[in-house]
Amino acid sequence: MADENEVKDPRIDGIKTKIRVVPDFPKKGIMFQDITTLLLDPKAFKDTIDLFVERYRDMNISVVAGIEARGFIFGPSIALAIGAKFVPLRKPKKLPGEIIFEEYELEYGSDRLEMHVEAVDSGDRALVVDDLIATGGTLSAAMNLLRRVGAEVVECACVIELPELKGRERLEGKPLYVLVEYR
Amino acid sequence: MQTIIISSPLVSHRLSLALPVPRSPLINYHHGAPPSIRLSSHRFTNSLRLFSSAAAASRDSEMATEDVQDPRIAKIAASIRVIPDFPKPGIMFQDITTLLLDTEAFKDTIALFVDRYKGKDISVVAGVEARGFIFGPPIALAIGAKFVPMRKPKKLPGKVISEEYSLEYGTDKIEMHVGAVEPGERAIIIDDLIATGGTLAAAIRLLERVGVKIVECACVIELPELKGKEKLGETPLFVLVSSA
Repeated sequence: MADENEVKDPRIDGIKTKIRVVPDFPKKGIMFQDITTLLLDPKAFKDTIDLFVERYRDMNISVVAGIEARGFIFGPSIALAIGAKFVPLRKPKKLPGEIIFEEYELEYGSDRLEMHVEAVDSGDRALVVDDLIATGGTLSAAMNLLRRVGAEVVECACVIELPELKGRERLEGKPLYVLVEYR
Repeated sequence: MQTIIISSPLVSHRLSLALPVPRSPLINYHHGAPPSIRLSSHRFTNSLRLFSSAAAASRDSEMATEDVQDPRIAKIAASIRVIPDFPKPGIMFQDITTLLLDTEAFKDTIALFVDRYKGKDISVVAGVEARGFIFGPPIALAIGAKFVPMRKPKKLPGKVISEEYSLEYGTDKIEMHVGAVEPGERAIIIDDLIATGGTLAAAIRLLERVGVKIVECACVIELPELKGKEKLGETPLFVLVSSA
């Protein structure tokens, strides 16, 4: 997040108030951060995208990788505005072409994230986008996929961070940029 | 039934399958990766015409003077990769991920939809999970509408309404948050592709149940042989590319 000594961008508060917290979803004890209400407010949604675009437009990013499915909602608009390719990172068996996959831990069991091998290569500077970072497991898997094809991961970008889950520490030193923290 | 279809009668039936299309310089291919078969430039109709809504009614007589071939369509069609036998034998899968790697083609795709829907008092863009989430939000942002995700069961955290639809074997459901839309709002529904039309028809029913008027369904690709358009009832369909 921006340095706390800096003045917070006035658009941030408007964005934060649009995020709906739904208790006990998907199960008891979890305070689910629902971004669908943000998407119902055209101005707040536009501000969200603008904040990311302003940050990344001059960083020579050639790839925006978005994590299925809510990363698909934010990633493409950023990619279009900064002139980068958009690469969807998907659950198993959705991508039709030649893929590589990365496994990551869930609370119970594991899951996989897949990427088309031809989509990204060693010349690319990549941004990874998702709506939220919790434990950082999915983002870490995403970064590994990009690294394995030789791309440079410049930063991970999320709308929301749950700092108590320390996801930031799983990004192997790569920077994380978020708009809103939920404590 | 008023339908605005972007497809040309000049369908190419050349099946030069032995010759892969030259690779786009915008896509980096790994050396030694199996060649993907780009059937799209042989199979897609490239001469697609944009009809004004006035022309659609008397389309046949006004074709010569009214229709304009948008030069962006050919590039969009060429950027779509066709993958044979995915997810199962016999299916020619239309892969839009290669379109997303072509920054010009992706930008043009969005621009074509935005040009059509801007200034038409559309307050809702509904996108069908998951590939509708890629095209819907940029359109919504550009026309100043809200974006409403229509999702598979159990993904949306709040109170939902759902609509069932048929699959080849069995059924599935599509869900939307209660309160996301209001009666009287004007909506478009976006997905990457229309095949049988089952999912889009369910999305239409869902929105109509809460009093929303669906102005049009919009897809990048249509598979006309599957006659999905017929499932949409009174709702018009707009597509950029028709894969015969």
